[in-house]
Amino acid sequence: MDRIGVVIETDRGELKKTNFGVITAARRSGAELYALLPDEFAASYQPLLEKYGIGKIIPIVSESGAVIFNPASRAKAVIQALYRFDIRTLFGLASPRGKDLLPRVAAELEAPLAMDCTAVAPEESTVVKSHYSGKVIAKFRLSGNYRIYGLRPNAVEAVAAPAAAEILPFQARTEPEALQFVESTERTDTGAELSEADVIISGGRGMAGPENFALLFECAGLMRGAVGASRAAVDAGWIPYAHQVGQTGQTVSPKVYIACGISGSVQHFAGMKTAGMVIAINIDPEAPIMQRCDYFAVDDLFDVVPALIENLKRLIGDR
Amino acid sequence: MVDIMRIYVCVKHVPDTAATITLLDPTHIDENITFIINPYDENAIEAAANVKRSCGEAEIIAVTLGKEAAENTLRSALAMGADRGIRVVTDEIPDSIGTARALHAAISKDGRPDLIFAGKEAIDSEGMQTMYRLAVAFGMPVVSNAVELTLKPDGVRVACEMEAGRRDIFEMPLPCVVGTGKALNRPQYPTLPAIMQARKKTIKRCTLQDLELPPADASMELLKLKPAVEARQGRKLTGQPSEIAARLLEILRNEAKVIEGGQDSHG
Repeated sequence: MDRIGVVIETDRGELKKTNFGVITAARRSGAELYALLPDEFAASYQPLLEKYGIGKIIPIVSESGAVIFNPASRAKAVIQALYRFDIRTLFGLASPRGKDLLPRVAAELEAPLAMDCTAVAPEESTVVKSHYSGKVIAKFRLSGNYRIYGLRPNAVEAVAAPAAAEILPFQARTEPEALQFVESTERTDTGAELSEADVIISGGRGMAGPENFALLFECAGLMRGAVGASRAAVDAGWIPYAHQVGQTGQTVSPKVYIACGISGSVQHFAGMKTAGMVIAINIDPEAPIMQRCDYFAVDDLFDVVPALIENLKRLIGDR
Repeated sequence: MVDIMRIYVCVKHVPDTAATITLLDPTHIDENITFIINPYDENAIEAAANVKRSCGEAEIIAVTLGKEAAENTLRSALAMGADRGIRVVTDEIPDSIGTARALHAAISKDGRPDLIFAGKEAIDSEGMQTMYRLAVAFGMPVVSNAVELTLKPDGVRVACEMEAGRRDIFEMPLPCVVGTGKALNRPQYPTLPAIMQARKKTIKRCTLQDLELPPADASMELLKLKPAVEARQGRKLTGQPSEIAARLLEILRNEAKVIEGGQDSHG
């Protein structure tokens, strides 16, 4: 175990906080850590990457020095960087972007890829990940010349371990691809990315209608968190599918998951059971979620959430 | 004779989302439970059926790997619009590398694909990668988590959800591979006549040995399964909504430490 590459993701010009847990997980093997940045690079990233133990920072650009947007070209650029720096182990986030990049890299290299791992031991090439929607925990061993690990965001807590890093820019050769990137639509949502948020406030059938989700968005905004939803709320058309947490929605692992008016089906738990803390607000004391959470309030979410919003506003006004 | 469009759809036979999973031994679950077609694969079948409707003529072939029981999932796919099925006969489902190799060989043996669909992930193994491997094996372009798809004269235009609220639009020439997301369409559940008809459609079988796959020099080997234990002890928050909210804020700040503001505020 000598070198590990860590794909670093940025969002609107900032390093995503979820990168640091991935770096922490990679560092435990004692390997030298290479941060691979296929997104944009800014000098301000260096101190933060150093803080978590990165030794080499590799901004990856095209021949002309541009950020590579085409996902097929981007994956090939990452592979060229792996070859160039003789890196055989790659870590990344099982974020929406990582779920595209990592399998492309794995497929090209015909390398094993463990996706959405909750724990990794790269020195023995083993991982732990959820199976059957979190009902079972599976341990795997990866073998091959290259090994790739996609970590569930927030699954490993970030721990600082300062190092000094060197910046080694890398220009990849890009070739025309059959896959054409046309455009990205504007983000309609200004909140945090659901799968990577520290706090998620989610609404279910108890939200009673689409208009009431504004309450959750306001609360999430104050907590710098994201809004989730149960399948019932999505199927009712109250909130877009992108917010659905559960077996056929997103799998999330926030520090805190606040479930408002969600009964807590097996399928919903599949999407949020690895949350650090689960808080349930439900008028129904018999709702299954009340037995499977850390804190619960048997009360009307339309009374509790506005009161929480008031408290948050007061706190923010204070600081 | 003009070749009609050939659409292959990869489907997986998986435990029902509500099934209780128990272990028979450290690497096998008790399969004496209800199995279903992987939910995202229903979107894949529906996408294929939509393409067939829009281009008039096409053949949809559902492909799976598994034991005889997996033919129930093929029958579901046939009832939802597939014209015929292929089962690669195997007792053990290989890892993603082996699965992609088997699918590639089985499809290549059957015909030349114009379009391949697969659900963006299987809800049992949650691997999220087979369609990418299949695409590389065929030398085709691929995107996954498709939420919109339009057939163009010489290819497809696909929107993929890359972040909450943001979509990336791609174009690919045919042949290509598309991993389907839930938001792509609403699968139509089969009618009784469609289910009856599906029983008469052909299922072709071949064994993994028949496919003569060269050994892979990389793998992901299952070492051990264990049931996930839940250790949450719910504590009740009592009082008026305002008191509950105040307590929640304290938990968020001091226990979970997800809200800044520290101890310095005057509360």
